Order: sequence, then C-alpha cells, then structure tokens
Amino acid sequence: MYRANVLVCGGTGCTASGSASVIESLNAGIAAHGLEKEVRVVTTGCFGLCEKGPIVVVYPEGAFYQSVTADDAKEIVSEHLLKGRIVGRLLYQDETAGGGVSSLSETAFYKKQLRVALRNCGIIDPEDIGEYIAVDGYQALGKALTEYTPEQVVQVIIDSGLRGRGGAGFPTGLKWKFAAASEGDEKYVCCNADEGDPGAFMDRSVLEGDPHAVIEAMAIAGYAIGARQGYVYVRAEYPIAVRRLGIAIDQAREMGLLGEDILGSGFGFDLDIRLGAGAFVCGEETALMTSIEGRRGEPRPRPPFPAKEGVFGKPTILNNVETYANIPRIIMLGAEWFSSMGTEKSKGTKVFALGGKINNTGLVEIPMGTTLREIVEEIGGGVPNGKKFKAAQTGGPSGGCIPAEKIDVPIDYDNLLAIGSMMGSGGLIVMDEDNCMVDIAKFFLEFTVDESCGKCSPCRIGTRRMLEILTRITSGNAEMDDLAKLEELCYHVKMNSLCGLGQTAPNPVLSTMRYFKDEYIAHIEDKTCPAGVCKELLSYTILADKCIGCGMCRKVCPAEAISGERKEAHSIDTNKCVKCGACETACKFKAVVRA
Amino acid sequence: MPNRKTNVPFVGTKEQEDKLLAAIDRLKDDKGSLIAMLQSAQDIYGYLPIEVQRIIADRTGIPLEEIYGVATFYAQFSLNPKGQYKISCCLGTACYVKGAGDFFQKISDELGIKSGDCTPDGKFSLEACRCIGACGLAPVLTVNDDVYGRLTAEEVDSILAKY
Repeated sequence: MYRANVLVCGGTGCTASGSASVIESLNAGIAAHGLEKEVRVVTTGCFGLCEKGPIVVVYPEGAFYQSVTADDAKEIVSEHLLKGRIVGRLLYQDETAGGGVSSLSETAFYKKQLRVALRNCGIIDPEDIGEYIAVDGYQALGKALTEYTPEQVVQVIIDSGLRGRGGAGFPTGLKWKFAAASEGDEKYVCCNADEGDPGAFMDRSVLEGDPHAVIEAMAIAGYAIGARQGYVYVRAEYPIAVRRLGIAIDQAREMGLLGEDILGSGFGFDLDIRLGAGAFVCGEETALMTSIEGRRGEPRPRPPFPAKEGVFGKPTILNNVETYANIPRIIMLGAEWFSSMGTEKSKGTKVFALGGKINNTGLVEIPMGTTLREIVEEIGGGVPNGKKFKAAQTGGPSGGCIPAEKIDVPIDYDNLLAIGSMMGSGGLIVMDEDNCMVDIAKFFLEFTVDESCGKCSPCRIGTRRMLEILTRITSGNAEMDDLAKLEELCYHVKMNSLCGLGQTAPNPVLSTMRYFKDEYIAHIEDKTCPAGVCKELLSYTILADKCIGCGMCRKVCPAEAISGERKEAHSIDTNKCVKCGACETACKFKAVVRA
Repeated sequence: MPNRKTNVPFVGTKEQEDKLLAAIDRLKDDKGSLIAMLQSAQDIYGYLPIEVQRIIADRTGIPLEEIYGVATFYAQFSLNPKGQYKISCCLGTACYVKGAGDFFQKISDELGIKSGDCTPDGKFSLEACRCIGACGLAPVLTVNDDVYGRLTAEEVDSILAKY
C-alpha cells in the first residue's frame, strides 16, 4: 500500500509539453528522499485539460497541478510528498471559481462533463492490466460470455441506442445484428483508430489512456457476431497509442483474456494491430478494409455491405474506438442506464476535442444534448483575448460550421445535420472574428483535394474545380456567377461521389455559404476580406498620426516597400508590398493597419 | 502530397538488404502484410526507392506495380530521401486557425524548399502534416522527435539555428 499516488499524464499533449522529464524528476526526488516505498508515480492517459499540461495529480488529496516543469516536480516532492504541504502556486486556477480549487469535479471545466468513454483516462496506468481489472475491467466480457447468448448481447446494444461515434452515427447494435446474421465460417471485428479528422484526438486518447476497454469491447463484439479474429487499424502517427495497445494486447493474452477458450467459456478471440500509413480516405469503412488487406486504400461501392462482405471478403463489423469504449459499460450497467443519458435519438455521451480559439483546449465528454454555449463558454472557458465567438466547426473536412446564432442548439446527431454540420468524430474547432470563413472552406477543400483517392471522378475532379473557384474568390478574381457555379458543383459532388469522403467534401463550403454568404460576397464584389485573412485582398497602410517615424517597419520589410524619413510618418508602396504583415507585427504604436 | 521520383542515386548496404529480407520473411505469411513490409523497409532505408521496392517484389512475388501503387498511395511512404532533420509542420485545423499557414510559409521561404522536398545539402526536409494531436499546443512543429508548440513566425530562425 502506498500512502500517496502521483498521477502524471503521459498522453501526447502532455508528453509534448515535457511530462517525461517531470516523471524523471519526480522519481529522482522520491528516491533522494527515500520515499520509494510510500509514494508511487503512475503514468496515466489524458486528463483532458491539454492546455494546462503537463498535468500532475496527487492522491489522496486530489491536488491538481498544472503546467508542471521538472523543477516544479522537485518542489512537489519536497513540499507536498515529504511535508504534506500542497504547493498552492502550481494548483489549477479556475478563473470562474476564483482561484485554486480543492475538488476537480467542481471546476467549470469538469462540472458539466460526464465521463463514460473516458472513464479511466487519467485514472489508471494504461500499461498495467491489473489496474484496469481493479476498476471492474473485463467483468463485462465475463458477464457477456457466461450470462448472455450472442443474440442477447446484440439486443442489449440495440436497446441501448448506441450510435457509431466515428461520424455517420449508424446504430451500432444493428450493424452487429446484420453481421451476426451473415453466414460464414470466418468473420472479423475491426476497430477504426485511423483518426484522420485534423483536430480530433479522442480516439488516440482512449487508446493511450484505456486500451483494455477497446480490447474488451472487441472481444465482446467477437462473441456477439461469431468472429474469432479482430484488427485494430491505427494511425502510425500515434506512436504512444500503438505502443500501449501492443502492451495491452500482450498482457490480455498472458492473462487468458484473449486467445483460445477465454475464461473457460470455449470462446476464442485474438487481436492484431494494423498500422495505417496516412490516408484520410481509410477512415471510410470499405477503404479501411482494403487497407487492412495491404492494398491501396480505395473505397468500393456498397452493397455488398461489410456485414456481408468485408475484410478478405468475409462478414465484418467496423466500429470506431470511442464506440467500443462505451460497450463494456453498457454490458455492465445495462441498456437502460445508457439510454437514460442524452436526447431522444442520440443516447449517451460524446467526446469532443476542443481546439482553436478557446481558452481550455483539450478533451471533453458531455451528455448528448448539451448546448454549444455550455461547451464553449463554460467548459471551454470562452474565447481568449476578449474576442467574439464567430463559429464552431465540427465534423472536420466532412462537417460544417455552427454559427454564433445557433450556439444554443442542443448538440446531437440530428440537430447537427439539420443545421448543415455533422457530429463527425468529434473535432470541435472554435473560431473567432479574426477567422475568415471563405478561407476556412478553402482550407478544408485543399485537404479533400489532397486526400481524394482518385477512384471516382466527381470527387477527384469536382473537388479540384471547387477549390479553383474558392481560390479565385479569395484572390479577388471571382465574379458573382462563380458563387452559383460553386453551389451547383457542391450538390453534384455530394450526389455522385462513391464514398463518404466525396459525399461530404462540399459540406464545409455549403455550410459557410449558408451562414456567411455576406463574407463570400464581400470577397467577390468589394474585393475585401472582412476578417483580414486572405492575403491578396489585403492592403497595408500607415496611419500618419500614429506613426512616430522610428523606422522599425522599414527595417523589417523584405520588399523595401516602406519609405520615410526618420521621425516623420512613413508610407507603404502598395505596388511593392508583398503583404507579409511583418510591418504590422513590428510596429509598437499600432500605426500599421490592415484592411 | 507530392511524391516525385528522386534523382538521388540509390546507395544501399548489404546489411540493410539482409535486414529487409529478414523483415519480409517474418511478415510474408501474414495475410495482407504488404503495408507492414513497406513500413519496415522505410524504417531501414529511410525511404522507398524503386530498388527497394524491387527487392520486395522479387522476394514475395507480389508484382512491382502493385507495390509501387501502394507505396505512392499512402502519405507515410516517401520515394524521396529525407533530410537529416525532418521538419514536419502541422497544418491541421486547430493549428491552421491559430496561424500555422503563415508559419509554414515562413519556414518554407527560409529553407528555400517546398513541402515534400529536401535541402540540397541533405540537412533539412520539410513536410506539412495533418494533426499530430497536440492541438492544445497549436501551432505545432516537429523536428525529428522534438516538438515545438505555441509557435510564432518570429521563432523560425531560432528553431532552425538549433540544428
């Protein structure tokens, strides 16, 4: 028994902020004070509050330290662990509660959250199966194997109302039912951990923080549909997740929780990891399955659906990481418990990766039906630097923008679709008044053009033509006709593309055109970018009454476009100006303005 | 991402080839393991020149054009050698809305190379990547395994100067 446990986040965010050196320093300090037998340092998964990383939490007090450095770690050892004095200056400061807080669950960031999929992230050591078992891990598998028939497992999942957390929101139980009904000696259970939506990282965090939950759920799925083999398709860009998942699979095999005759039930199931090699289209189910087979990850037409013909032509189910993370809880606590959370058609919780112009970037899990306002203003702590909230983007390159006037819409699958966005995998990027919506639409189009696999022409050619129009708009060379052409093209690509990538690629354009048409028109008719982002439409001028003639702007200008005598107002030659903005940054007197 | 054929002549050692053959033999009985083989090959050689693809084709009997097809499909695989320091600039959404686009342009101007290219002295290569998942630190850049976060365009010089 240890008298204190020190939990340090070892997720990607905190590792990038230097948590490895914090752990080293903690261990060194603990050894130096001879506390090895009393205090234990545990590397956990993500706590969610990546903005304030590295995060260190000391139990039993539950002291939540933020932005800890290696030096701070020494102080935590000598003050808190040795003398029992909490280091006040390192405690997480909750602005809304007015200062350091005693209980984490009372902070604005955590208060409205409900952690189901993330229940163990930041709580257990993901590299120790014992810790997962200690929090009731693998009990759901035991319960399914001993108390339920496969049909009953499927029924529980159907009754729970769980829908796929990867994007489209297809009912998970139905998917399982179709695959269970397919005839076949060989079937496969696959996990989509190819989190390609730029700005979403919840699947990675689950794999890093609680890999056994996914393994357990996949074994349950195997039992339910009659599969003996599973594949986890995970991005090679997630090295920590891959390593921890590998460790977890080995440990589960050693304990007999994977392999032949699991828990003496006669049921056998095993798992392999397949590393994705970087292709966004592989998030699409048929493309992912082709990639598991080691080929070019191109999608194919459906039907046949994977439940009939999937990996290697055999019946297959594919769910995403977050979906699986919910399964053990549903089996343990029942369908009714799960369906008591959320809205009428969207049950349970959803994890969002909050990013962009928001104070508390990080991972949050909320019951379905929470409003965007609660997420942005309360949990997220609002938009930094006193700027105004303009829109939130969900669903990544397949989704759309939720404008400020829709901020009170309860978030669930159907509401998001109705306002022209989608749930997607759960990236939620906040934008403020300095972001140009046309530029954002172009950004996503560049992404889809890049990632279109090229198999079908509406997507391959259509997205490229759309990007060309958007480029004309952002460079001031478009006419009003282009807007109508763009819209028509959007519907054409949407209707005729082979897979989800192309069918959803126009969404960012359509949704920004729907809510921010005035910005498009400003780019086309007035040749201005209201947010001041699109370079070709900007012009820089120096306000004579503010300029003191210090010459800083002249020095930094790479194009020698600025002239003026010392101590006299300078001016910019717009013909020479390359619009790099260096002068604006350099000016201490706010005399350079962009319009 | 552009994946042009390289002009740099291929230099492979016997040791590398042995390592590759061992990796192929370990994987070739697994169903659908071509991507895993290419991943090991790229670990060994740093990139996937046609010569390396040919070794895999000869050993496994998989047609070369199929291997080439897979190698050029995925962003992770490169037919070009990488620099001694691989600079990878995140242009994911969270980084982009925080100004990663300008930052990427600055670093590209500074090095005089475009995304996917390598400086003539072989020191730096530059690529734009999609989300490494450190959105809390946006905008983010990695140089080999070092992560730099919360970047501003002014920091380009000081970061490059470290290498």
